[in-house]
This record gives sequence, structure tokens and C-alpha cells, in this order.
Amino acid sequence: MKQFVEVTASLDGVLHGPRINGELATRWLVAFLRDELIARRKIRRAVVGLSGGIDSAVTAYLCARALGPENVYTFRMPYRSSSPASLSDAQLVVDALGIHSRTIEITGAVEGYLQFEPDADARRRGNVMARTRMLVLFDQSAKLDALPVGTGNKTERLLGYFTWHADDTPPVNPLGDLFKTQVWDLARYLGVPEALIAKAPSADLEANQTDEGDLGITYAQADAILAQMLLGYSDAQLVERGFDERDVATVRRRVDSTHWKRHLPTTAMLTNTAINEFYLRPVDF
Amino acid sequence: MEPPVNVTETPRVGNVCIVQVQPAKGRYTENLESISETFSQLVTESTPPDMVVLPEAATTGYFLEGAVYDLALPAQRFAADLARAWEDGAGDSPVELCSGFFENDGGTYYNSAIYLRVGGGKHEIVHVHRKMFLPTYGVFDEERFLSRGRHLSVFETRLGRAAMLICEDSWHAIMPTIAAVKGARIIIIPSASPGRGIEGDGELTSITRWREVLRAIAAEHGVYVLYAGLTGFEGGKGMTGSSSVIDPWGRVQVEGPDIGECVVRGFIDPREGDLARASLPLLGDLNAVLPDLILDEELPLPKGRQ
Repeated sequence: MKQFVEVTASLDGVLHGPRINGELATRWLVAFLRDELIARRKIRRAVVGLSGGIDSAVTAYLCARALGPENVYTFRMPYRSSSPASLSDAQLVVDALGIHSRTIEITGAVEGYLQFEPDADARRRGNVMARTRMLVLFDQSAKLDALPVGTGNKTERLLGYFTWHADDTPPVNPLGDLFKTQVWDLARYLGVPEALIAKAPSADLEANQTDEGDLGITYAQADAILAQMLLGYSDAQLVERGFDERDVATVRRRVDSTHWKRHLPTTAMLTNTAINEFYLRPVDF
Repeated sequence: MEPPVNVTETPRVGNVCIVQVQPAKGRYTENLESISETFSQLVTESTPPDMVVLPEAATTGYFLEGAVYDLALPAQRFAADLARAWEDGAGDSPVELCSGFFENDGGTYYNSAIYLRVGGGKHEIVHVHRKMFLPTYGVFDEERFLSRGRHLSVFETRLGRAAMLICEDSWHAIMPTIAAVKGARIIIIPSASPGRGIEGDGELTSITRWREVLRAIAAEHGVYVLYAGLTGFEGGKGMTGSSSVIDPWGRVQVEGPDIGECVVRGFIDPREGDLARASLPLLGDLNAVLPDLILDEELPLPKGRQ
């Protein structure tokens, strides 16, 4: 009996999540930083808050390539409860790149306010720390004639896992359209020290805190789901494709409850010249 | 006895230059000055070109939102400015220029491309094409600000009959098809393509997709395709450059880089188009079948237009 060779379609690739070509992404992100800082704003220096995590490390590597290490100014901004490992991991990046580094402890500034709010819970305390760090970065950028460069990735932006008007405030952000798992891949391409790639991501606002513990899902799972969700697939379709129903629900809930964090403040529109509603000019005009 | 009609006259081989620019957003005069300097380079560093092509929105940048109303110009004004830029940079060398620009036609605004003949201290508008397919999805918002063109015309150039398509115009197969049926031997495509797709092999997937489109147009119709891509970042959106000349066999004759300004020099040899069409007579087949396709009553054509 005649036997045909069979080839079968598979959805395995979908479940693996988003991919990235490190060399390609680096080339475009370096061009982005040069265009946005030097060509458009005539600013040659970047200020980066170096947390000891992977996002700020990759950002520093990209800035060093785009602007030269002599033009990259990094700041470590520990609070008294910050992990010592965060400081030492950040130092690995500074040493590898030969970029400027300064440590400014934020404990005094944070406590200066929180002494009046002794009952503030961990979430509020974390937000105060994040906003204090941004205060430092913007002030240092004014001092150094530099531009603060953001470090937020697409996953945390989509899941709302950041402090509004803190982590998201720098005027340019090279990683904001890259999922966390893509940032890891890019880190490997760029040669970021393995200690930073291997450790569990943490906002380091509390002891033993991890992102994945806070989120209730791993970045690998979240990114694979998000990549499909953003294309328009329904929750039912995602489950049909092999994703765990609870994971899909977790991601959907976080995305749908945080759209406001990805926008500017809501302004009451009262005229037909309302800014960004009727009066429309691009950011680079 | 009368001499035989000369049917073997050798068609002219012409030089084309595509100038891949990164305009400063909204700085029309400054961008024209920069383009004029590049025009100077075109005539001093090699054989002067017969035809020069600039990208979509070459003198203003692409993403303008409401500022398009500040920067759009009547075609006659833009023609005069572009001709002067040529004369300031390249002197008396005659040339034909194509460039994208935002057009103000008495208060109606278009994303247009102009084809201009310049020489002897004068200039003449050969044709203005108004973009018909205005992308209005995702990152694109053209139809919010602009009106769409209603007609696709071909016109004569010193290198053969041509048509202009602007960016998305060329992604609809019917557009180059109609241009070819109307006799175009050259399809000129000013474009501004914000790149995306970082999972690919060595280039953005949107660049790969564009090349596939351009090669398919050239090979199906036996036409030259001149693609002029804007380059540089506009508010985080990186334009993909990759300006190219595709020959009528569908081969990439020359292609510029994705990032950075450059001049792409190529040539048009009309005999190549003849050979490609003889080898693969798809256009001849289409001409024969087209009436049946167009007159199909199942097509959603308005009554009275069939």
C-alpha cells in the first residue's frame, strides 16, 4: 500500500515565548539611543540607576556602546534594608564597562518623610523609595547635563509591576518593548556578568522579595502568554493552545487592571484644543 | 525605396540615485539644505544621475500628527523649493527628481510624491501622486489627518514610463498591477517604514517583508522598482532605510543599509525589462485576462462603473 510522508503543524513555537536576535536588537537600540540623545536632544551623557538587576545592567551596557563608557554615569541608591548583593552585582557592571559610578544612600531622604508615616505598609514604603531614587536621577542629570535613561521592560510595564511616575519617568527607554526573557537573552549577547543573569529578579524593596513571587507566575510563562495575548488571542484560545488556565487569568487580570499606569494622567477635556486630544504634536517635533 | 524603419534603436541606459535621508523633525528649510548638499555630491563624485529619488516625507519627517497642517505645501511651492535645492547643490546638470512631501491643496491635505523635471534654470512638474492607501492602524494614523488620493497615473520619464506608489500603496498587489497594465516600466516607491520584528536573522522582519514585496512586484511585471526608505528614529520608531533598486527579474541590484543616511546608485536598462517580460510573459497574460477579472459581477464595484 502506498504510504505518504506526513508533515504536521505544531504550536510548540508559540509556547516557547518571544525570541530575540541579540546582535540585531543591540544594533537598533544603540541607534535609538544615539538618535534620541545626541541627534535630537544634543545630549551626550546618560544617567542610569544601577540596581544590581538585569534591566539596569543591560541598559548600562547599551548606553556604553551608544555613547562611550566615559559618558555613562551610574548611581547605586541603596536603602538601609537593600541587599548587599545588589551593590556588589552593580559593581560588577561598573567594573566590566569602565563607566562612572557613585553610591548615594537614600535612607535619610526616605526616612525624612516616612518618620511622619510610621504605619506605612511595604507597598507604600517601596513606592517612596522608588520615587526618591527617581528624584536623585533627575537631579543628577541636571547637574551632569545628562539625560536619565529608563530601564523598565515590557513585561513589568504590562503587568503594572512598577511604581507609577517613578520607574517609568525617564524620557527615553530602550528596553520598554522587550519582554523580560528577551532582556535576559540580550544580556547574554552583551556579555553581562553571569551573576546578574542567574539570580532571581527582585525589586529589593523588602528582604527575600522576588518578582516572580510577587507576581505569582514565572517570567517565562508570563512572557509566552503576553506575547500571544497582545496579538488579540482570547483567554479561551490561549488555554486551547496549551497555556495553563490560572496563569492566563493571572496575566489577564494584571494587564486589565493596570492600563492607567501606561498612560499620562487623565485630563478633563473641556475645549476643542485639548492637549493630546485635539492639539496633537509628536514628542520629537 | 524608403529606408526601413529603425526598430532596433538601443534604449538609453540611465543612472538613478536614491538619497536615503534622516530629516530633522519639522525643520523643512534645514532638511532641504542638507538634501542640497547631497545633490552636490551626486554630480561631483560620479556620473550625474538621470533620476534622483527621495523617501516619503523626506523634508519633514513622517510622524507629524497635527503639525502636518503647519508643514504641508502646495505642490508648486514644493517643486520650486526642491528644484532650487538641486540647482544650489548640483548647478545646471539636468535631472528628474522624485520626492515625498505633505501637500496642501487649498486646505485639503495629502501624503504625496512629486516627479519633477529640472534643467536650464527651469523646472516642470511631471506628475503628483497622492497616496491612496493611508495606513490607519496600530502605530499609523494617516487618515486622521490626511485625505486619500483617488487616482493612479503613469507618466513619462527620460528612462521610460513610470508610476509612483507611496509606501502602503505598494503592499496592495493591485496597485503595481494597474501601473504595469498602464504601461509603467519603472515603479518608484518613496516610503517611511517604522521597523519591527527582532527575532529575525540579521535584519528586522519588516525589512525582509518589504524586500519580498518589492521583488515580487518587479518579477511579476518585469519592471524596475526604485525604493527610497526614510531612515532614523522618530520618537522611538526607527525607520528602516534599505533603499534599493530591484531589476525586472526581481533581483536586488543594489540596497543601502537600514540605519543611516546614504546614497544608493543604480541603473536602469530598458532592455532588461524586455528580456524579463519575454522570459516570463505574465503581464501579457494579465492583459488578456484582465477584462474578465474586472468585469466580474461578483466584484463590489459601484453600479455604472463597470
